[in-house]
Amino acid sequence: MNSAFTREINSILSDFSQERGNLIPILQHVQEKFGYLPEEAIQAIADFLHVSSSTVYSVSTFYTQFKLTPLGEEVVKICRGTACHVRGGPTLQRDIERRLSIKPGETTKDMKYSLETVACVGACALAPVMIVNNRVYGKMTPKKVAELFNGKN
Amino acid sequence: MAKIKTSKLSAGQRTVFLCHGTGCVSNEAFAIRKAFEKSIERLQLTDIKVDFTGCHGFCEQGPIVFVQPEGIFYAHVSLDDVEEIVYSHFRDNKPLERLMYKDPSSSEIVPYFKDINFYKKQRHIVLRNCGRINPERIEDYIATDGYQALQKVLFSMTPHQVIDEVKISGLRGRGGAGFPTATKWQFCHDAPSDKKYLICNADEGDPGAFMDRSMMEGDPHSVIEGMAIAAYATGATEGYIYIRAEYPLAVNRTKFAIKEAEERGFLGKNILGSDFSLKIHIKEGAGAFVCGEETALIASIEGRRGMPSSRPPFPTQSGLWGKPTNINNVKTLATVPLIILHGGKSYSQTGTEKNRGTSIFALTGKINCMGLVEVPMGTKLADIIFDIGGGIPNGKKLKAVQTGGPSGGCLPANMINLPVEYEAFANAGSIMGSGGMVVMDEDTCMVDVARFFISFTQSESCGKCVPCRLGTKQMLNILENICQGRGNITDIDLLQNLAQSIKVSSLCGLGQTAPNPVLTTLSYFRDEYEEHINDRRCRAAVCTGLVTYSIIAEKCPGCGLCIRECPVQAVTSSGKKKPVILDQSKCTKCGACFNICRLGAIAVK
Ligand SMILES: Cc1cc2nc3c(=O)[nH]c(=O)nc-3n(C[C@H](O)[C@H](O)[C@H](O)COP(=O)(O)O)c2cc1C
Ligand code: FES
Repeated sequence: MNSAFTREINSILSDFSQERGNLIPILQHVQEKFGYLPEEAIQAIADFLHVSSSTVYSVSTFYTQFKLTPLGEEVVKICRGTACHVRGGPTLQRDIERRLSIKPGETTKDMKYSLETVACVGACALAPVMIVNNRVYGKMTPKKVAELFNGKN
Repeated sequence: MAKIKTSKLSAGQRTVFLCHGTGCVSNEAFAIRKAFEKSIERLQLTDIKVDFTGCHGFCEQGPIVFVQPEGIFYAHVSLDDVEEIVYSHFRDNKPLERLMYKDPSSSEIVPYFKDINFYKKQRHIVLRNCGRINPERIEDYIATDGYQALQKVLFSMTPHQVIDEVKISGLRGRGGAGFPTATKWQFCHDAPSDKKYLICNADEGDPGAFMDRSMMEGDPHSVIEGMAIAAYATGATEGYIYIRAEYPLAVNRTKFAIKEAEERGFLGKNILGSDFSLKIHIKEGAGAFVCGEETALIASIEGRRGMPSSRPPFPTQSGLWGKPTNINNVKTLATVPLIILHGGKSYSQTGTEKNRGTSIFALTGKINCMGLVEVPMGTKLADIIFDIGGGIPNGKKLKAVQTGGPSGGCLPANMINLPVEYEAFANAGSIMGSGGMVVMDEDTCMVDVARFFISFTQSESCGKCVPCRLGTKQMLNILENICQGRGNITDIDLLQNLAQSIKVSSLCGLGQTAPNPVLTTLSYFRDEYEEHINDRRCRAAVCTGLVTYSIIAEKCPGCGLCIRECPVQAVTSSGKKKPVILDQSKCTKCGACFNICRLGAIAVK
C-alpha cells in the first residue's frame, strides 16, 4: 500500500468517530474519493471500526451503490423505474447496450464507459431518463441517444 | 419565551422565479437563472429580482419560469429564450406568448399559473410552500407561519395534548400502510426508556414516484418542524432523516435547512429557550429498496446490511440501537405543523370519514400532464387522470392505473371511479402506497408490467427469507417465458399458487406484497396472459419476442423519415419514391420507425 493512498484513507477516517454506525457513511466517502472501494481501503476501515474485514465486505456487497472494481470514465446509468419503463426505458437500455457492447454492471475494455441501471432518480416526469456522470438526460429517444454519443466520440 | 421574528415575503416586488427542482435543474435551470441575472443587470432593470423555488411539481413542463406578482407561467424555457423574455416581458411589458403554457387538450395558451387546469383542480395543503418559497432561505418559511407550530407546542402544549390534536385530525401515515399517526406516537411516548429516537423515512423506494423528493427539495423546513413536534410528543431527543443517495439535490437542501434551523435555535439544545432539545442527523441510503421498510432502515442506520427483522417487537418498543423509535414518512411529518397550527379539527374537514386530509401522488406514465398532484382524500381516480392529468396523449385509450409501486397493483380502466382511500384501493387488490401513480394506455402490455415488477422485487429481495428469495425468482422465470412466447396455459395457475404462498409466508412487507402486481393483472387482464400463451401474440407490441415490424408497400412513398430515425440502419431506401426496405435480421424492434411514420405505412404484429 503506498503512502499517498494511506494518507488519503486516513484523512477520510479522521472525520469519523469509531462507531459501527459510521460504516456506511465511511464507505460512501471512500467511494466518492476513489470511484470504488479498493481492497486495501476495506481492511483499513475494518481496523478503524474494530470489525472484521468480512463484515465490511458483507455490507459493501449488500448495497448496490458500492463498487468493488473501478468504473469507466463515463458512468452511464439507465433508469429502470416504472414511469421510465412504460415510456420506452427498455428500448433505451437495449440501444445503449448495443452502442457500448456491454451489459449493466460492466465496463468497456478501454475503461471509457460503465453501464448501470438505477431504480428511479425522481425525474419520472421526464421519462425515459438516463444519467451520464450525474447529469440527468430526460425524454430520451433513439435519435437523442445517437446525438449524445456521436457528439462525444 | 423567545419570540420568532417574522418577516413578510417580498410581496409586490417583481420577481422572476426559476424552478430549481431536480427536473428543471437537469435542464440547465441553474444556467438559465444566471442568464436572467446577467440580462436584467445589463438592461439595468433594477426593480426586478431573480430568485428560485423548489419543485413546482410540473416537471415535465420544465424548465419552468414563474413571474410574480402577475403570476405568469413560462414552460420549456431554454437558455436561448432568456433574452427574449427579458426584453419582451420586463423591458417592454409584453408577456411573451410563445413560451406560455399550452393546454394539451384544448391547445389554448394559458398565461396565468392560476388558470392552468393541472393546478386549478388540486388542493395544495401539504405542498403549500413547494414552488412558492425559496427553500434555501429560512426567512421565507418563517414568513409563511413557519416554526409557529413548534413554538406553540413547546410553550403551551403537553406531549399528550399534541398527540390528542393529531388524533383529532385523523392523520394516517403516508408511507404506504396508513397506520394512524397518533397511535404510533402514543406507543412510542408510553415506552419506558432513557433515550428515544425519531426517524424520517425519505427513502422513497417506489420506482416512479417523487413526492418525497419534491417535498425535501421544495420545503425542507416543514419536514424539520414536523420532526421537532413529533420528537417533543414522543420524547425523542435525537432524529435521523434517511434519504436516498439518488437524490443529491434533496440531500443538500435538507443539510442546509438543518444548519439554518440550528442557527436560529429551532433545533439543537434548549430549542427556543425551552428545556426540549433535538439533534437531527442525515443518513444517505446506499441503493437498496428494502431499506424503506422500517426494520431494514434501522439496520442500515446502524451500519449493517439492510435486512428486515420480524415484528414484534415494533420499533416503537425496540428500534434504533434497541431504543423506542418512531418512524414516519416525509409527508406525514410535513403535515404535522399544519395540524398544530390550525387544529386537528380543521384538518379533518378535508377528506372522508376514515381518510382525512389530502393525499399526494406522483402522476406519471402515459398521461398528458405529468407531475405532483395533491387532492383531498376521496377524490375519484378519474378526476385525477382526466381533469388534472388532462387525459391520455395521442388519442389513445386508458388501460390501467398502477398505484403503490412494486407492492401495489394495476387497476383497470373500468375502475376509475374508485375514490382515493386506503380501504378502497386495498379491496381492489392494490394499495395506496406512498403515492406513485403510473398511467398505462393501450400500448402497455400488462404481462410485461407484471414481469417488470417481479424482476424489480426479485432483484431487490434481501434474500433473508426463502419465499421471497426463491418464490419471486420462480415467478420471474414463468413470466419471462410467457413474454417470450414459451408459456404454457398451466403457468397461470402456477403463478396464482406461487403468489398466494409468497404473500402469506414472507417475512416482511416486500415479499408479502410483491405478488400484488401479478395477482391484479391476472384478475383484471387475464385475457392478455392467455393471448401471449395461446396465440403467441402481444397486442401492445411490447414483448419483442412476439413482435414483427414490416413495411406496407402500398402506403410507403419512400419519404425516408424512418431511415433517418432507425438507430441500427435496418431500414434502407430502394430508390426514389419507392417503398423502403426493412431488414428483419437487423431490426431490434425498438419501434422508432413506427412512431415516426405519419402515413401508417409500418405494420406491427
Ligand atoms: C419493502 C418496503 C418498502 C418501503 N418503503 C418505504 C418508503 O420508501 N418510504 C416510506 O415512507 N415508507 C416505506 N415503507 C413503509 C415503512 O416501513 C413504514 O411503514 C413507514 O415509513 C411509516 O411511516 P408512516 O407511519 O408515516 O406511514 C416501506 C415498507 C416496505 C415493506
Ligand atoms: S421512473 Fe425513471 S426517473 Fe422515476
